[in-house]
Amino acid sequence: MVKKPQLAIDTRPWRDPAAKPFVRIKNVTKKFGDIIAVSDVSLDIYKSELFCLLGGSGSGKSTLLRMLAGFEAPTSGTIEIDGQDMTHVAPYNRPVNMMFQSYALFPHMNVEQNIAYGLKRDGLPRAEIAERVRELLALVKLSDYGSRKPHQLSGGQRQRVALARALAKRPKLLLLDEPLGALDKKLREETQFELVKIQETLGVTFIVVTHDQEEAMSLATRIGVMNQGEIAMIGEPTDIYEFPNSKFVAGFIGSVNMVDGVVTEDEPAHVRIRSDELGCDIYVGHGVDCAPDQHLSWAIRPEKIVLSREKPEGIHDANVTRGMVEDIGYLGDMSVYQVLLPSGKRLRVTQTNVTRGNPDAITWDEEVYLSWGVSAGSVLTV
Amino acid sequence: MSTFDAQSAPPPRPRAWSGVERALAAVGLSGKALVIAAPAIWLAIFFLVPLAVVFGISLTMKQFGRPPYTPLLTNEDGTVQLTLHLNNYLRLFSDSLYVAAYLSSIKIALISTIITLLIGYPMAYAIARAPDRWRNILLMLVILPFWTSFLLRVYALSGFMRGNGVINQFLGLFGIPPLVMMQTDFAVYVGIVYTYLPFMILPLYTNLVKLDGALLEASADLGARPVRTFLSITLPLSRPGIIAGCMLVFIPAIGEFVIPSLLGGPSTLMIGRVLWDEFFANTNWPRAAAVAIAMLIVVVVPIMLLQRAQDAVQDKERGN
Amino acid sequence: MRRGWFLPITATLGFAFLYAPIISLVVFSFNESDLVTVWSGFSTKWYGKVLADPQILGAAWLSAQIAFCAASIALVLGTLCAVALVRFRKFRGRTLLAGTVSAPLVMPDVITGLSLLLLFVAMEATIGWPSGRGLLTIIIAHSTFCMAYVVVVVQSRLRDLDMSLEEAAMDLGATPVRVFFDITLPIIAPALISGWLLAFTLSLDDLVIASFVSGPGSSTLPMVIFSKVKLGVSPDVNALATIIIGFVALGVLLATIVQLRAHPKRAKA
Repeated sequence: MVKKPQLAIDTRPWRDPAAKPFVRIKNVTKKFGDIIAVSDVSLDIYKSELFCLLGGSGSGKSTLLRMLAGFEAPTSGTIEIDGQDMTHVAPYNRPVNMMFQSYALFPHMNVEQNIAYGLKRDGLPRAEIAERVRELLALVKLSDYGSRKPHQLSGGQRQRVALARALAKRPKLLLLDEPLGALDKKLREETQFELVKIQETLGVTFIVVTHDQEEAMSLATRIGVMNQGEIAMIGEPTDIYEFPNSKFVAGFIGSVNMVDGVVTEDEPAHVRIRSDELGCDIYVGHGVDCAPDQHLSWAIRPEKIVLSREKPEGIHDANVTRGMVEDIGYLGDMSVYQVLLPSGKRLRVTQTNVTRGNPDAITWDEEVYLSWGVSAGSVLTV
Repeated sequence: MSTFDAQSAPPPRPRAWSGVERALAAVGLSGKALVIAAPAIWLAIFFLVPLAVVFGISLTMKQFGRPPYTPLLTNEDGTVQLTLHLNNYLRLFSDSLYVAAYLSSIKIALISTIITLLIGYPMAYAIARAPDRWRNILLMLVILPFWTSFLLRVYALSGFMRGNGVINQFLGLFGIPPLVMMQTDFAVYVGIVYTYLPFMILPLYTNLVKLDGALLEASADLGARPVRTFLSITLPLSRPGIIAGCMLVFIPAIGEFVIPSLLGGPSTLMIGRVLWDEFFANTNWPRAAAVAIAMLIVVVVPIMLLQRAQDAVQDKERGN
Repeated sequence: MRRGWFLPITATLGFAFLYAPIISLVVFSFNESDLVTVWSGFSTKWYGKVLADPQILGAAWLSAQIAFCAASIALVLGTLCAVALVRFRKFRGRTLLAGTVSAPLVMPDVITGLSLLLLFVAMEATIGWPSGRGLLTIIIAHSTFCMAYVVVVVQSRLRDLDMSLEEAAMDLGATPVRVFFDITLPIIAPALISGWLLAFTLSLDDLVIASFVSGPGSSTLPMVIFSKVKLGVSPDVNALATIIIGFVALGVLLATIVQLRAHPKRAKA
């Protein structure tokens, strides 16, 4: 019976302060001339994690990945992999392999030769190489394509060859640079699950760089959001979405309504914020690290707001406001409402279309009430 | 799938490649240093040093013997003496032959460059806009003469233009008396245009073929007539190609020797020919060296222009 | 786009201008008469004469040897130089190297020839090498200016080469030298072939530089042709020219086929 590896997704080692990280990035900075690509990043990644580095272009995520692979040397800081200092080890001496965004399949070699390339460099006996190539081709379901050249393959097939080649040397750590970026939308969704399945079967630690938030959310055990060379937030996908730590993270992931407000009550168990933009008070049902009269932002996801024709019972005389439906976008599974408040602020609200062809649905130019729960939004001070 | 247990992965081991790297490391050379050093040393010895030598010898005097110039450094009773003669350069300015040769070289090169541009531009444009299956054939028709012997093409042209050549025989059919074309400045112009036309067309083509057809359509859509579109869109965008093409014709044309000596007459003065004659006919090596240095000064500015045009193109491509 | 009449007509006239003299030369090489421009009947006697002329054959053999050696040296040095310029982004003297390597492209031949000759003479006077001038000095001179062309050809191919291919090989455990021979070299091979062919033809074609740096008894083919041509047009030169042009056309054709064959592989994998 094959033992299923202990997976980070089940054990969540990052919640255990005593757990030993597998990859340890300490105060790493990378400068290209005067440009700071990565600025003082510290990051711990645990064994068999599928960690996503998420960020826009120029956020420094690719540079960080290239430093892990050894293609760039950090200007300062250290990188440890499995307890060994790898900061200045050449790429060909690292127990790390990478899957490239362009796949970088060698055009003059066929699929088998591509996969075998790394094994040959290790000087493995021929029979063992052949055996492993066969296994890998089976793993990525390309057993019949071994003698094809890369240009004879489809995009999805190339992607799988690249994955097989990167896995061939059984790296301790696999780096994937936008692994699904070159595939079309439908293929991407299928491949996503396949990638997770392979990762869970092998138990290899994956670090994935992506700019696609949906991809990161569905793949990752944890996500590191990067912005301007710094890590803006590290957390499980739900943390990142539901409890963003900053306006940047809240705005970067999914869509969000953000309003300004002033703290009027600051108690250990609740906070009251007056928002002129909303035209009502916001009652937050937990303590927040803020001071009375402090100006701050409050963010709420569109699906956390409820629309109604009748005025709902407010909570502590707060969390209810009025507005007029200005626009409706019908997306099939749900509808997006744009509601104009008297202050001129527009809120985005989504409602699941539970009833088929509902004739009584809220429609254009209707006056509606908007309400939300005491912990539906996030108070953001930065 | 137990074979894929990451725990059992073999430790990485560096493998030097069949001794080459080990040998290099033993001598204390990194491969990178060697890659740079080999061509750099070659170019230093066989390109930069020779230019310095030319400059040095331009400051000596002709003498009989071997070598046929006075030494720069003499050693008399232990005192090393440096003797510099400036009179080669003074002669360049005082002797009207040299001044006339320079001016005439620049004039001939300039006029032929303009004519080459006027012929080459529409050709390059026609090739760039030609249907795909034609484009490669036309391009090869331009490249073929580019690879064919320069000397033989000049020779072919001389056979074409001589007194009883093909052109005059053709004109004779209409009763037109033969034209004297050979051994005139006219023949030199034709020769330069003829031999350097591919050098003009190729960079222009490379530039024009990248021109986005949508830009022309957009211009037409916004109400510009074809001529207007050409003047305000195509021409400005092809500037790097024009500069590169013109410099590739102008610079070698300045120092041209074969064309004036085969096609031109005795009165066709060009500096390349003067240098050749100083060297081979008069064996005045110092004077020839001074002529070369003066010629170098004339072509340095266009060379730098060319370099800048090419750098701009590369930067743009890298940026994309 | 609407096509006017202007472009096709200029292009046609332009191509006629480029090819008419060459075609007439080829045609008249088969002329029986001694008079170069009066057609008197088809004959291949001038070809026979050329192929039996020891001076021409000797010069052709010498030129071929020089071109082969010069093209090979230029290929090695030019490829190293292109790799340095494209792959090593920053090193001291990079701008100087880039400028120096491309300068021979546009340097007037008379200057290159004169400067190399003066160098060889000065070197012989000071260190006794190279003793005299001939095959060796012509090879050195040709390697230097051909190298510039090789750099241009190889450089543009290297720039197109996806750098992540080389990084991928390194990532899989290949040392830099290994990467060059396993990955870079096979992929840029077509460019190396065309670079070598270009260098070979340029060397074969050069008159001016060779005239400066050659010594007694080492007359290359262009030098022999030039001395014949200066005496006037002669039918055996027409025949010789036709042979050379035929070879070059064949070479260009082959090179084009090599490039086109390599083309599908170029698609980024």
